[in-house]
Formats: sequence, structure tokens, C-alpha cells
Amino acid sequence: MDTAFAISPPVTSSTSPARLIFLMLPWASPYWSPPTDPQTPRHLYLQDVLTQVGGAPERPRVPEFTCQVAGCCQVFDALEDYEHHYHTLHRNVCSFCKRAFPSGHLLDTHILEWHDSLFQILAERQDMYQCLVEGCTEKFRTSRDRKEHLVMRHLYPADFRFDKPRKSRGPVMPGAAEQVLAEAPGDDGVPSEGDAMEVCSEHVEPPPAPAGERRAYSHRIPSTICFGQGASRGFKRAKKRNKHQ
Amino acid sequence: MWSRQRGRLKPLCCGVEELRCRRREREAALRKARREQQLVSKRLLRDEALEEAEEGCVAMIFGEAEIQQFLRLAQRGTEEKEREGALVSLRRGLQHPETQQTFIRLEGSIRTLVGLLTSNQALLQLEAARCLHELSHSEQSAVVEACLPATSYLLTYLSGHSSDFIELCLYTLGNLIVESEAVRRQLLPQGIVPALAACIQSPHLTVLEALGYALSQLLQAKEAPEKIIPSVLGSTLPQHMLQLLQPGPKLNLGVAVEFAWCLHYIICSQVNNALLITQGALSTLGLLLLDLAGAVQRTEDAGLELLACPVLRCLSNLLTEAAAEAVGGQLQLRDERVVAALFILLQFLLQKQPSLLPEGLWLLNNLTANSPSFCTSLLSLDLIEPLLHLLSVSNVVLTVLCNVAEKGPAYCQRLWPGPLLSSLLDTLAFSDTEVVGQSLELLQLLFLYQPGAAQAFLQQSGLQALQRHEEVAQLQDRVHALQQTALHG
Repeated sequence: MDTAFAISPPVTSSTSPARLIFLMLPWASPYWSPPTDPQTPRHLYLQDVLTQVGGAPERPRVPEFTCQVAGCCQVFDALEDYEHHYHTLHRNVCSFCKRAFPSGHLLDTHILEWHDSLFQILAERQDMYQCLVEGCTEKFRTSRDRKEHLVMRHLYPADFRFDKPRKSRGPVMPGAAEQVLAEAPGDDGVPSEGDAMEVCSEHVEPPPAPAGERRAYSHRIPSTICFGQGASRGFKRAKKRNKHQ
Repeated sequence: MWSRQRGRLKPLCCGVEELRCRRREREAALRKARREQQLVSKRLLRDEALEEAEEGCVAMIFGEAEIQQFLRLAQRGTEEKEREGALVSLRRGLQHPETQQTFIRLEGSIRTLVGLLTSNQALLQLEAARCLHELSHSEQSAVVEACLPATSYLLTYLSGHSSDFIELCLYTLGNLIVESEAVRRQLLPQGIVPALAACIQSPHLTVLEALGYALSQLLQAKEAPEKIIPSVLGSTLPQHMLQLLQPGPKLNLGVAVEFAWCLHYIICSQVNNALLITQGALSTLGLLLLDLAGAVQRTEDAGLELLACPVLRCLSNLLTEAAAEAVGGQLQLRDERVVAALFILLQFLLQKQPSLLPEGLWLLNNLTANSPSFCTSLLSLDLIEPLLHLLSVSNVVLTVLCNVAEKGPAYCQRLWPGPLLSSLLDTLAFSDTEVVGQSLELLQLLFLYQPGAAQAFLQQSGLQALQRHEEVAQLQDRVHALQQTALHG
């Protein structure tokens, strides 16, 4: 003790009740209502807050400009609009397939699972598919198992847009754009279940993939290529050529 | 909000009467909510000027056909401006509860909205998010729960980079959290705590304030102590929160207010206050208190009392923890400046927010209870008389004086003589048994340690003052004991 005064023994009067020192109880509840003043200062403050978040704010207009990213044709007249556009569509873009993702984390996961051949090799032997929820360290053998985990454990929607299984790069149907836009009214209303976030919206999207995984890369392989199944492939009849498709 | 507000001038087109009327309505709603034990507070995120302008439009209630029209246009319109415009119109309509009901009952509507929320068109995405935000304001749980399919996406977007968008998602989440336990039950397994822990590292003040709001709503949930606070304490959130409360050039008032309240809710839950103490909560809050006193003296921005309230409560509550003493918690605050700062704040509160005075005194009580050095500070800074002025505010003043007197004769000597006797004789005239009881205890201590006190008491007709309480059940014993001591020493 560094005080100049000695501490004396506590009062031992038998008639004085224990002195209430710690007044925690009436104050401990978060729903604390002051006895006298009817307004809790904080809630008044919150009610008074009128920010511009919910409504479209009055943005300062600038002369129209175009997004400078190659291949993007969006035009803007407000900087904040451009900012959001940039972050949404150009910030976390896969350099291999140009898909855009909402976060660096999802982009990294995508690159690993879609474009890393080492990943594919390792995935044959161990659990490589990481749970998408930040903070969850579980890994899975297949993307389907991971999806099940996301749905069961994390209550994610089964059609979560940022967990599409790796698709075939099938040929793009010429009429795909019209297909997307001309969905019947009774449909479930979601615009094309195609891959998440193509970069520039005007481009056509690949047709909706069927559920489940497909083997990757089932391109039309030119019949002149053979994969060691005998050299005499050169000029085959139409019937056999179909087999290689 | 704070940074915005400073820059914005409220439009003068709103009549003063109108403003008053609105404020009255809000106050009525608050009182109603409090009566119903629901201290919920939803952010009203509307531009006041915009509200004025849209008054005409908002009056319209949209029916099914109109809503379908807007959705179709938003989804399949050819012109981007057209699509955006459709969503803007929809959003305005959704300010109306009836339109909200119609919307959620329309098959596929939420699904479409979520589709637009996750679309590859940034501005459509933003407008869709604003529509969701309108829905989140609803006080009907059906409307709020209709937004459940969107939550995983709102969380995903928290790790993005567009600060405006993140802010919007956070306020929306905060509103949804307040209204529905079903939403909270879903958000926790979806990973809201790690998402917030990552997001709190954002450098944007607007994002931080929004995060503080969302987190504070989460922490106020009735199931928070069992289901939410343990995982919050297990994350990096508390450390980041304390960092954001550090005084210094980077301290932002709006952000600090939010996180001070968050801290308050965590501390009140009493889940693991010892952990907070080891993370330096006491010293951070103590420094913040000093900083507040300084700010108050510089007569800075309005709203300092909004920060004072949670800081006072947090400090007071933490001081009651055994851990506070164990780590020499008092040592961390062992600073005469704390007492001085507190009194500066009390002075300020007297002017600005008298309702907070009891809380300030409560902190003083907890400071002095176990610490002779704080009692010494009180005496050497000559604060007894100012303290006595606050007797009418709260009888905690008496408890504080008891804390001082109880420390021994040397302390009582400093309390006597002075205005104390006359103040005590005054309090004996009250009929409030608590006040009188506390006064009796103080007198007992004074008589014990300061012989002259009893004589002075008798000379000033103290016995007569005691007589009126002789028959009061709770006070009888103490009255008699005091009479004995006074007469026979």
C-alpha cells in the first residue's frame, strides 16, 4: 500500500448490515431502464440517425466515363457506382477463366479447385475440398460432400451460387442469351443457374448445367488424335467417329 | 454516420413542427417498446430529404400485379437503367408494410430478389440489396423471416471490398437479427461470428460503425449468453474492439460508441469477464475515460455523453470482477487522474445528461470500495464538497462516503469537520428508508473513528432527528445503536 494512511480493521458493529458495495445487479441487464429519464440515450441516438445507406444517396455526378478494364463496356456517371462495379466484377477475377467472385477467399478456392492440376492429383488421395465458411476447417473428399456439409452443418442453401461444381466447358449455344431472358413466367425466376458472375453481362452464358458433376473437358476431340488406343485411327467411318465425341 | 452527419446540413424544407411531431412519434414508439420489454432499435436508413421527396410515391401501395411487373422488368429488362429503375420503384413500395406483405406472399419473389442480389450486374445487386434492407425494417416476423434465403449471401459479401455495399449488408443483417430468433439460429452456423471477425479489420469507418451495430444487436439477443457470446469471446473480435476503443488520433466517436455498447453487453452477460481483463479492457477503458474528460473540457462534438454511458457501465462492472483485483486491476487504474476525470465528467453530465449521474457515482463507488488510494485521491482533490452537492441525485453518494470513512480514522479525520454533518442531518429528515439507513451507517463509522463527531451531532439536535425513525422496522436497530454510541461513546 502506498497510501499514507494505515488501514484499520473493518467495522464490527453487530447492528450495521453488510454494506452494499457492488451495485451490479440492477445495472447488469443490457435492457437497462433508467428509473427517472424515460429515454435511454443510445436508442434515441439510433432513432435519430438518418444516414443515406438505405436510399439511393444524392451522388455527385461526373461526366460519363467507361470502365477501363479490357472487355468491359459499362458506362458510369458517378464514382461510387463505378467503385461498386469494379469491386464486384473486376476485383477478384480468375485470370484463367475470367469468372468474378465476391471475395478473395472464394477466388482462391476457385483457382485451387478448378485450375490447379496438383490439387486434382492430391484430391484423389486425401480430403482437399475446403469448407467455404470462414473459420470452418473441415475438408472433404469431393465437392459434393462439401456441399452436403455446407447445407447440413452451415444451413447454406442447396443452390448456393458460389459453390457450383466444376462444369464441362461445352460449346456455347448461339441462342443462349435469348434462352436466359425468355424464361417462362412460371419458372423459379432465377436467371440462369450458370456459372457465378461472368465478367461482362452482355456476353452469353453457357446453358444451365444439369445437377451433379460431369467429367471435365468433354470436348469434341478431332478424330485424327488418338490416345494410344491403336494407331490406325486416321480416316474412320462416320459411325466410329461418333465414339470419340 | 458521424462522419456523414458532420458534413451534411439537415434540409430546411422540413418544418420545425414536422420534426417535432416525428420526434414525438418516435419517442412514443420507444416507450411502447420498452414497456413491452423489447428494447430493439432499428436503424432508420433513410435520407430525410429523400423521404420528403418520395412522400407522394410512398403513399402508394403496390399490388401483386405491380410487384410482378417490377420484378420481371428488373430481371429481364433490356436496358440496364430500366432494370435498375424497376428495382428503385419496388424499393420505394417496400417501405410500406402492406406492400411488404404482398411481396413476400408472392411466389418466387424472394427467390428472384436473391437472384438479383447475386447477379453479375453490380448496380442491380446494390438495388436488390436496398430492397432487402427495406424488408429488414419490418416489425412483422413473417416478412423478416422471408429474408432467410438471403443471409448466406449477405455474409459472403462481408468479405468483399465495396464498402458501401458491405455497410448495407451489415445494417440489413443487424435489423434481421433484432427481429427474429429464427434468423439468428441460422446465422450462427452460417458463420456470422468469423465473418464479423474478418470484417472488423476493414479500414472504413462506415463499415465499422455498421458492424458495431450488427454485433450489438446480436449480443443483445436473449439467447446471447449461452449461444452467442462464448463464440464471440473465442474469436478475435474482443481484441479488435478494444483496439478501436483506444484513445488517440484514430479514435472515431461513432465507431467507439458502437463498440463500447458491444463491450457492455458482453460484460453484462458475465460469461467470461476475466478474459476481457487479461486482454487489457480495464486499462483501455480507463484511458478512454481520461480521454473523454479531456474532450468534454475542450467542449468538442455533441454526443460525448453517448460514449460516456457505456464506458461508465463497463468500467463499473469490470471492477466488480474478482479478476480485476487479482491482476491488480486497481493498479491499472491507479491514477489520481481517473478520479479527477470522473468528476469532470460528472460536471458535464450535470449539464448534458443528468440521468447518467447515478452511473457516474456508481463507478466512483466501485473505485473507492476496495481502494484506499482512490479514497485518498477523493480527499486530496477536495472533492467531498462537490460530491455532497450530488446527494439529491443519488444515495450512492452516501455509499461512497461510507467507503471512505470505512478506511479508518485517518480518513474520517479528513471528512470532519465540514459540511458533512449538516448534509447528514438533512438526509435524516427524509422519509426514504434507504437513504436514511445509509446515513445511519455513515454516522456510525464517523462516531467510531472520529470522537468529535458524536458530540457535534448531539449539539445539533441529532437525537431529535433520529427519533422520527425509531419506529421504522428496517431502521430500528441502527437507530438504537447510533443513539447508544452518540450518548455513551
